[in-house]
Amino acid sequence: MSAAPAGGGVLTPTSPSLGRRLAGRANTNLWFWVFVGPFFAGLVVFIYIPIAWSIYLSFFDARNTVSPTPDQFVGLRNYADMLGDPNFVQSLWTFVVFAVFIVPVTFMLSLATAVLVSRVQVAQAFFRSVFFLPTACSYVVAALIWKMSIFSGVRFGLANTVLDVFGADPIPWLSVTSPPWYWLVIVSARLWLQVGFYMILFIAGLQRINPNLYEAAAIDGAIGWKAFRYITLPLLRPTSVAVVLLLLINAFQAFDEFFNIMSTFAGYPPYARPPLVYLFYVALGRGQDFGHGGAGAVILTLTIAIIALVLGRFFRTEER
Amino acid sequence: MSARPAPEITRRRLLAWSGALAAAGALAACGNNTGRPETGSASGGAGGGAKPSLSQWYHQYGEVGTQQAVERYAADYPDADIKVTWKPGDYDNTVVATLQTDGAPDIFEYGNGPTIDMITSGQVSDVTDLFGDAKSDFNEALLKRVTYQDKIWAVPQVMDMQLLIYRPSLLEAAGMKPPKSMDELMVAAAALTTGKVKGLFLGNDGGAGLMGGPMLRSAGLDLLTDDGKVGFDDPKAAQALSLLRKMYTDKVVLLGAPNDWFAPDALTQGLAAMQFTGLWNLPAITAALGNDIGVLPWPAMPGGNPNVTLGAYGACINSKGADVEAAKAFVKSLWIENTESQTDWATSYGLHIPARTSVAEKADKLASGPAAEAVRLSKENGYVQNHILWSPKSQSSFNDAMSRIVKNGADPKAELDTVKGVVEAELKRFSS
Repeated sequence: MSAAPAGGGVLTPTSPSLGRRLAGRANTNLWFWVFVGPFFAGLVVFIYIPIAWSIYLSFFDARNTVSPTPDQFVGLRNYADMLGDPNFVQSLWTFVVFAVFIVPVTFMLSLATAVLVSRVQVAQAFFRSVFFLPTACSYVVAALIWKMSIFSGVRFGLANTVLDVFGADPIPWLSVTSPPWYWLVIVSARLWLQVGFYMILFIAGLQRINPNLYEAAAIDGAIGWKAFRYITLPLLRPTSVAVVLLLLINAFQAFDEFFNIMSTFAGYPPYARPPLVYLFYVALGRGQDFGHGGAGAVILTLTIAIIALVLGRFFRTEER
Repeated sequence: MSARPAPEITRRRLLAWSGALAAAGALAACGNNTGRPETGSASGGAGGGAKPSLSQWYHQYGEVGTQQAVERYAADYPDADIKVTWKPGDYDNTVVATLQTDGAPDIFEYGNGPTIDMITSGQVSDVTDLFGDAKSDFNEALLKRVTYQDKIWAVPQVMDMQLLIYRPSLLEAAGMKPPKSMDELMVAAAALTTGKVKGLFLGNDGGAGLMGGPMLRSAGLDLLTDDGKVGFDDPKAAQALSLLRKMYTDKVVLLGAPNDWFAPDALTQGLAAMQFTGLWNLPAITAALGNDIGVLPWPAMPGGNPNVTLGAYGACINSKGADVEAAKAFVKSLWIENTESQTDWATSYGLHIPARTSVAEKADKLASGPAAEAVRLSKENGYVQNHILWSPKSQSSFNDAMSRIVKNGADPKAELDTVKGVVEAELKRFSS
C-alpha cells in the first residue's frame, strides 16, 4: 500500500496507521484479542483482582467489611496472628500428612490402572471410560453420596448393610475419632474421583513410548517388571513430574469433599480440617474476618508454591 | 479490479462473535440482582410502580407449608411489593456474605438475631422504635438477646425451644421413672440402651455441638454471665462436660442417625428412647408415636439448674437496603401487629411459641398435652441461647473444645482455659 506524494512521481512507503498496527498483519492481533480477550477479562476480574484485593485486606482489621479504612491498617499483625494460631498451623500439618498419603497412593493406583488398561486388547475404550467417568462427577455430589448413602452411620447405610451380612455391628463412620474411620470415607471418595483423571494422563504418556524399545528389551531378556522398571518408568518421568505436582496442589486445595462430608450444624470438627475449610470459617463464615482470612490465604498460597517449587527442582535435579 | 466478494460467515468469524457476545452477556449479568421485584411488577402485591419494592429472605424450614405461608403474608401486605426468597443450604453464611454486597435483602431472618459484628459494623438497623407499647408483651429474655447498648436490633419472630422428649412406654418397660436429675438421666440412658436401640440421642456428634450450653446450665453456669463476662471459669464446668464424655464412652448415646438432632427421626424410627430436640418436632413425633411422648427439661446436676434452651429467629433490616423505612413498616406489621399471622406461623406447621406473650396465651395448640407442658417449662426453666456478646469466633472456639472433650477425651479444664482466652479477647474487642 502506498500514497503518491504531492509534486513528485516517486512512491515512498509510509508507516501504517495506528489501527492497522494494533490489528497486526492479517488482523492477527485483532483475532487474538477477540478470542482470548473475554477469557483474559474473566481471569482479571474474577481471579487477579480478588487475589490482589485479598492481599490488600490482609494488612487491615477488616471485619464485616471489604472496604477497610486507613485507621484499620494493622501491618503484618494478621500474618503473625495466623502463624500463631494453633488451629491454622494444625490444619497445615494435617494436610502435609494428608498429601504425604494421598499423593503416592493416587499416583500408584492411577499408574497401575493406566498400565492395565493400556494392555487390554478388547474394549479398551470402554474400560478407559469406566475409570474416567467418576472425574465427571461433582465433588459435592460424590461427597454427599458417600456421607448419606454409603457411609451413613446407622443400619440403613450401604457399608453397614454389608457389615450386617457378616454379623458385625454398624459403625458410626463419621462420629468417632478412635479409630478415625472418617479418613476412610474422605480418602475413598477422593481416590474414586481423581484416579481416572490421572490414569488418562499416564495413558497419554504410555502411548508416547516407542514399542520398539520394549521389543529390543525383550530380546535382551527384559520383560515384565524389568521392562516396567527400566523403560516405562524412566520414559514416563515428564508425565510423572506433572502428575505429582498436580496431585500435591490438589491435596492442599482440598475443600469440597471435606466440607460436605465432615461439617455439621455446629460447624466443622477440629480434626481433619483442611486449611481452606478453616479459612472459610474465618473469612467467609459467620466470622467475616477478611483481614485474618486474607493473611491465611497468602500464607497457604506461599506454602503450596514453595513446596511445588522445591519438588519441581528436586525432580529436575534427578533428571540431570 | 475485481468486485469485492460478499462477506462470508466463516466458522472462525461466527466463533469470534459468539465469544464477544458471551463476554458481553457475562458482564451484563454482573449487575445487581437483589431479589427485589421489578418496579411495577405484579409479584408479591397488587402491582403498580408507586409502592416500594422489597426483598425478604428466609432460611428453608423443614415443615410443610411454611414457604407458602410467608409468601402469603407478603402478598397480603398492601403497602409494598415484597419478594420472598426461600434459601436452602448454608443460610447463615450466605446472609453474612451477601450483606457485603448490593444484592443483600432488605429484610432477613437470622438465628437469635444479628451477630454482634453485624451490629457494630452498621449492617443492620435499629428497630427499637417499632415496638412501642407492645414491647412489654414480648418475651423479655428474647428481647434482651437482641438488645445491644439499649437498642433492639431484631424483632423476634417466634420462640423456639429445645428440650428432652422421651417415650414413657420404654421407660416404664425398663422400670424407670422420667429422669429428674443428671444422675437419673445417666442411669436411664444406660438402662434404655438395648441391642440396636440407644438410650439417648444428642446429635450425631454425641452432643459435642449441641449440649455445651445445656450442660453448663445444668451445673448452674453459662457461656457468658448476664453482664457479659466469661461464665464457665469454674471447676463445675469441666465436671459437667466430662459427663457428656462419659455417656459417649459408655455408648449409651446414639451416633450416626440418618438425621441430626433437629429432626425427629431418631425417636420416630425407634433408634433412641430419649432425644434432646426442638419443640417444633412435636407434631411429627405425635403423628408417629401417638400419646407415647413426654417432655422434660435437661436435668440439673447437684446445685445446678434444670433447663430448656430458648432461641428465636429475629427479623433484621438491612441498614443499606433500598427503602429502610418501608422495610421497618413491613416488619412492624408482620411480626408486631399481625397477631393472626404470628399464631399461624407458630402453630400451624411445626410447633413454636409466639414471641408475644398475649399471643402465646391464646394459641389453642399450646393449651394442652405435651405442648402445654413445654410452654410451662419454657417459663420455669427457659434460658436464652447465647448472650449477644458471644461472637462467632467464641462459638467456634467453644465447638472445637467440645469436640475434643467429648470425642477425643481431652482434658475439659485445659480446653475451657483455651476457650476462655479466646472469649476474653473477643469481649475486649467489643468493649474497646
